Amino acid sequence: MLLIHCPWCGARDEAEFRYGGQAHVDRPPDPNAVDDREWGEYLFVRDNPRGRFSERWVHSAGCRRWFDVVRDTATNEMSAEVPSRSGRR
Amino acid sequence: MSNEFRLADGGRIDRDRPVRFDFEGQQLQGYAGDTLASALLANGVHRVATSNKYGRPRGIMAAGAEEPNALVQVEAPFPEPMLPATTVEVRDGLQASGLPGKGRLATEEDPARYDTMHTHCDVLVVGAGPAGLAAALSAARSGARVIVADADTEFGGSLLGSGQTLDGRAATDWVRRTTAELAEHPEVRLLPRTTVFGYYEDNYLVALEHRGDDASSRQRIWRMRAREVVLATGAHERPLVFSGNDRPGIMLAGSARTYVNRYAVLPGRRAVVFTTNDSAYAAAIDLHDAGVEIVAVVDAREVVSTYWASLCVERGIRIHASTGVVSTSGTDRITSAHLSSLGPEGNHPTSVRQVVTCDLLLVSGGWNPAVHLHSQARGSVRFAEDIGAFVPDGTDQAARSAGAVTGVLATGKCLTSGAEAGRDAARAAGFDAELARVPDSKHAPILAARHLWVVPGSGDSDGTTQFVDLARDATVADVRRAVAAGMDNVEHVKRYTTIGTAHDQGKTSGTLSTGVIAEVLGVGVGELGTTTFRAPYTPVTFAALAGRERGDLYDPVRVTAMHDWHVEQGALFENVGQWKRPWYYPHSGEDMETAVLRECYAVRSGVGMQDVSTLGKIDVQGPDAAEFLDLVYTNKMSTLKVGRIRYGLMCTADGMVFDDGTVTRTAEHRYLISTTSGGAANVLAHLEDWLQTEWTHLRVHLTSVTEHWATIALVGPESRQVLADVAPELDVDNDGFGFMTWQEGNVAGVHARVCRISFSGELAFEINVPWWYGREVWEVLMAGGRPYGITPYGTETMHVLRAEKGFPIVGQDTDGTITPHDLGMSWAVSKKKDDFLGKRSFSRPDTARTDRKHLVGLLPEDTNLVLPEGAQIVEQPELGEPPVPMLGHVTSSYRSAVLGSGFALAVVKGGRDRVGETLYSPVGDRPVPVTVTEPVFYDKEGARRDG
Repeated sequence: MLLIHCPWCGARDEAEFRYGGQAHVDRPPDPNAVDDREWGEYLFVRDNPRGRFSERWVHSAGCRRWFDVVRDTATNEMSAEVPSRSGRR
Repeated sequence: MSNEFRLADGGRIDRDRPVRFDFEGQQLQGYAGDTLASALLANGVHRVATSNKYGRPRGIMAAGAEEPNALVQVEAPFPEPMLPATTVEVRDGLQASGLPGKGRLATEEDPARYDTMHTHCDVLVVGAGPAGLAAALSAARSGARVIVADADTEFGGSLLGSGQTLDGRAATDWVRRTTAELAEHPEVRLLPRTTVFGYYEDNYLVALEHRGDDASSRQRIWRMRAREVVLATGAHERPLVFSGNDRPGIMLAGSARTYVNRYAVLPGRRAVVFTTNDSAYAAAIDLHDAGVEIVAVVDAREVVSTYWASLCVERGIRIHASTGVVSTSGTDRITSAHLSSLGPEGNHPTSVRQVVTCDLLLVSGGWNPAVHLHSQARGSVRFAEDIGAFVPDGTDQAARSAGAVTGVLATGKCLTSGAEAGRDAARAAGFDAELARVPDSKHAPILAARHLWVVPGSGDSDGTTQFVDLARDATVADVRRAVAAGMDNVEHVKRYTTIGTAHDQGKTSGTLSTGVIAEVLGVGVGELGTTTFRAPYTPVTFAALAGRERGDLYDPVRVTAMHDWHVEQGALFENVGQWKRPWYYPHSGEDMETAVLRECYAVRSGVGMQDVSTLGKIDVQGPDAAEFLDLVYTNKMSTLKVGRIRYGLMCTADGMVFDDGTVTRTAEHRYLISTTSGGAANVLAHLEDWLQTEWTHLRVHLTSVTEHWATIALVGPESRQVLADVAPELDVDNDGFGFMTWQEGNVAGVHARVCRISFSGELAFEINVPWWYGREVWEVLMAGGRPYGITPYGTETMHVLRAEKGFPIVGQDTDGTITPHDLGMSWAVSKKKDDFLGKRSFSRPDTARTDRKHLVGLLPEDTNLVLPEGAQIVEQPELGEPPVPMLGHVTSSYRSAVLGSGFALAVVKGGRDRVGETLYSPVGDRPVPVTVTEPVFYDKEGARRDG
């Protein structure tokens, strides 16, 4: 049970949150301007590193706000919890 | 045979409280404070169980949770399988029997209650032996909030069974005083009978508390978040591997000492002690002084401790140095130990030199620190040569180990390291902590141990009776086989041999198996390492983990404002997400099919009424609401006029249908959107996600208002008349109140929003009133509709009616791989909008294929047949050799009152191009012919919707 720091509510149990996958995956500003391959990568292809990973969480059982964290996928150490601004999936 | 092995006095049992229990039909007596194991031993019962693979007799080897052998099935007070006799408290009425490895679950419902506690603390101390108590004292005196948890019925750990002194008095005096002081601190919580079994991220620990069968809840799970953790989990004694090392009467030396000192029980009359280290001598001395004849101390070392040797000499105990027990005799109980001298390498014993008769063989191969929780916390371990076992070697969690778990075995050192750890933990948690004074203890010099993994047996060269893991019946022969098969990693050998995977998780066999594997491989134990420890440390019942979240409390139940009315009318209910929705309302004697046909007929020919309050409702407000909805729906919502309603489809970015519902424009900057009943929370989350993280410039707010409004669907040709009667102020004419528009007005005296929406193809009105008035309005409408034969209907009828019209249900006719075009709903996809979720994906090659699966109708040739939902669709009447190409499957299938036959919706490859074709669906053992049709079966012209 991770202890996750919601930027608005503070430290809460992981059970209050939902995971949103990799952060900073920018939706092409004009989806019609990208080819099928680029669009397919935007839809389906994500990084899966061992180590530091920027990812999205939402405090679904709390303030319902999305935010980004950097989590080490090997140790689960989390840092830099900031409100999500752009780049979703 | 009543307590003939019980000493006349001493021990920590309560002799004023005898208890009677039943073991395998024998009525036996023990005392409060006994475990089942100690009470059995007091009555001379050694053979308790039968090994699960070879059926060998097995006895009691340990005195705690590390017991690998003595598993019992408890029958009363409540059946529980596979409990170690060493952890079961005896009580009046206890009924148990020995197990051959497998247990039996109760067939009756457990009447006991289980609870869950959530708590936080500054310092969590796991283990209340000398180190844990000293740690708790240092931390508690600083004012920190401390929790002390220990699996045993009372605090003290090893001090309870060692009979030693502290500050010149019985160590148990210090335990009592320390526990009493801790209990006085207002911020301290003491949890005896509580096993911390899991250690998760960020110092989240989970424990199981046994509160007893008479407590208000039998067991409690503690979920604890600690700032700092002190692991004072102690050590388990390691057995030795020799031929026949599994017979009843072979016991860990320290455990035998515990039986004598704590329970005042003699585990035998005539004992041999086999050791590789000093600690077993204390057991030999204690047992001798309690009246057990110690025939021989067999020490694998060439040189033995002069301190202990002199104590033995005083008592006339003979010591055999450089000697080992290589094999044993006896069936239900050990009858003799076979001694042989060991060479310096221990590998080449000569033949058996001496046979010693005995009824008890104490063994000690050293001590394994209980690093389980440390390891669960992702702490690393290292091999400590001095004790021949693995010790903690740092962790990233805010935790520290203290006492025997760190490899220090002398009580004085355990006390000191505990006090330091408690102080450091409290300081790390922000408290001004000082070192608590620890009592003086007698400290014998410790002579180095010999690491002896396998004692070679003259009569067992292949190792089939040299047991490494007694719980799994795994032997040295099994390890050799694993290594011969090419495995050179402890994790692989563990899985191949199953060593360490039993109920005890290898507490006695873990380090031992590493040692044996290392010896077979010819590598160092340290370089081989150990297996990873995982939760739970000891078995935990599902009942405890479930706590109160079972039965009705398993998941929240959501009911509508009209729920009680539905119950009173005898409705059967369907679970939709967490909602209870009326499924159908059977009249007496009706089965489901009859009831549904009656309800369907009533709606199509007269008037019916359904509670549709469960549909999700989201209030969308803000100056950019229209722009936002244009981005999340496939159709254009910005052009919708105030007062009007539009059906809308939502897709995910990959172009697949995600949800559907209606969009009602209630004001210039305000919409009310509806979602499927089960999808409401996901839709809100989906919308919030895009709003907060992608289109952050849009000024829009989303609010769930599902439970603000009770919604009643009034459906059928007579619905207009019923509504007109109860809402005389409303203009219900088709001209004044057109399809897909809404009006506000009084319905049955309650202010309502009435919408002309139809999910059945019939003339219909959806009446929304504040939740509070839901039942009242419902009943007025029922009464008003009585002259017209108004019929309440449920979800099953609704499903049939909508399927007759070819309206798909998202999640039933779609599965996340279906586009709006696949559904034949291109009309709901805007061609004018530049962008919306899903749009770009419609032109991806796979999504644009023309032979995708399309939603079509199916009519079985046998009009009496209702195809099973999920049935496959194939091209040919003969299936032929597999693999048979599947064209698709049935998604919805019912019997239709208006069609007088069965009909179905299905997704079929290139289905729209197959209309009119005959395909086949294997039903039972034969493919039945079906005709592909348009998905709309009834009123294709839509003539009925305006009444």
